[in-house]
Amino acid sequence: MITRDESRAIAGNGVWKQNSSLVQVLGLCPLLAVTTNAVNGIMLSLATILVMALSNAAIAMLRNLIPHEIRIPVFILIVAALVTVVDLLFNATLHELYVVLGIFIPLIVTNCIVLARVEAFAAKNPPLQSMFDGIFMGVGMLWTLALLGGLRELIGAGTLFSGIDMVIPGLQPLQLLPESYPGFLLALLPPGAFILLGCLIAWKNWLDARATARARGKGDGRSLAAAPAAGR
Amino acid sequence: MNFAPAPFFLKDTSVGKVMAQVCLALLPGIAAYVWQVGSAIVVQLLVASLAALLAEAAMLRVQKKPLGLFLADGSAVVTAWLIALTFPPLAPWWLVATGTVFAIVIAKHLYGGLGQNPFNPAMVAFAVCIVAFPALMSQWPNLGLQLPLRDQIDIIFGLAPRVDALTGATPLDAMKTALKLGEDGSNVARLLANQELYGNFAGRGWEWVAGGYLLGGLWLWQRRIITWHVPLAFIGALVAISGILWLHNPAQFANPLFHLFSGGAMLGAFFIATDPVSGCTTPRGKLIFGAGAGLLAYIIRVFGGYPDGVAFAVLLMNLCAPLIDLLCQPPVFGMKDADKGDST
Repeated sequence: MITRDESRAIAGNGVWKQNSSLVQVLGLCPLLAVTTNAVNGIMLSLATILVMALSNAAIAMLRNLIPHEIRIPVFILIVAALVTVVDLLFNATLHELYVVLGIFIPLIVTNCIVLARVEAFAAKNPPLQSMFDGIFMGVGMLWTLALLGGLRELIGAGTLFSGIDMVIPGLQPLQLLPESYPGFLLALLPPGAFILLGCLIAWKNWLDARATARARGKGDGRSLAAAPAAGR
Repeated sequence: MNFAPAPFFLKDTSVGKVMAQVCLALLPGIAAYVWQVGSAIVVQLLVASLAALLAEAAMLRVQKKPLGLFLADGSAVVTAWLIALTFPPLAPWWLVATGTVFAIVIAKHLYGGLGQNPFNPAMVAFAVCIVAFPALMSQWPNLGLQLPLRDQIDIIFGLAPRVDALTGATPLDAMKTALKLGEDGSNVARLLANQELYGNFAGRGWEWVAGGYLLGGLWLWQRRIITWHVPLAFIGALVAISGILWLHNPAQFANPLFHLFSGGAMLGAFFIATDPVSGCTTPRGKLIFGAGAGLLAYIIRVFGGYPDGVAFAVLLMNLCAPLIDLLCQPPVFGMKDADKGDST
């Protein structure tokens, strides 16, 4: 079974500390190509979460049966089978969005983050932990892609959640900036994705550095106060 | 007696002094611009300078660097002026301001500030804006139509509607159209000569602006702010390729003189490709850099989809600059060959 500390560590790793997009910088191809709006980013992340949870669990169960020398082809076969299932599922339920996301759903097979978690985590850990890891790595990807997609469409076109009607019929995208906003096309093009991803990584590093500095500041304060006493 | 260690500089070469002289050297070109195209450029220069100084001050404050020291060096103003001079003169003020802020914040300070930027900030601004706002960046004023300054300012600040009749094809656009239509037997030389666009030796009006830049550039060379390598190589490569194609088929390709005095060629050769930060620094490297930029500028402006190629040419060569410099290191004094000297 899984302990509380274990699950908390796995979740923290996936969502923040080892965030797949901001720290490991893996799976950039879908990240850059799909995040032209928040909805696309969220839906592709959901598909990836499903694949990662299933593939991590499946491979963790089979980890003692897979010969070490040929593990990568076996992993890829299992992931590919699961991606095919998700691909067909999307096509059947959300066909419009499936057409928009296009090749990037089948391409989840080649997404480095899936193989990376399978190789680095699922091949060494029990199924429940592995499934947890897959889900939370995916959640880390989800919020990053949603934020990046939201920023890109806001700067690029002044809207938010455009294309939401493809997922939930009846909902309308938000027009946050006035209609006369000319649109900064660069944000919707690949260079905009690179620049904004760089800014997000810098933002995360800045937050982490500030947190470390604060923690150290407290720690130093204590050690300075304690040092004279220890010396005596 | 005064003793000081080497190097023995004979004159003060602070960044501020150099930048002030670059600004001074731009004045003949700006004067010709005002005379031939319209005084709206002065408004754009002011908008760009203000945006650059504000962006620079904000970035310096974030990095906790001394404001006065870095603002006074004038490098932001040079970037701003180059942006204003490469953008269409009647571009809306926010377009110029966006380009300038992008240049200062992302192309300059995010890479580490003055001296650290791998790309020429002004050309990054141009590339970003022409990719993001292609329509606005292609609206060059029709030179036959001289508007009063008041109307020009109204257009820049969005108080008057932008009318299509205000803008016309630039000489380079006309040439490109002629090249595309060339298969039907139309003649570049005749087309350009027959149109209102063609002046004495290049695009009407713009030829004098380019001449002003040439004058200022020569003065910069005479003042030893820039060396002859980059401009000469740039102009040489541009003349060579345009000359070869012109001799090969004068009906389809414009002559070298037209290319030299059209678009941003002169500005690029003397003021942009000579940027000491983003360009090459070794003498042989400068020659390669200038020649590459001239060649690419011609290829992009004649065969590419954009109105002019200088910005993209300079950015592409900026990418190659570190490698070129690495391959062109001059031999250490006393060594016979740089390669042998390197073997340690």
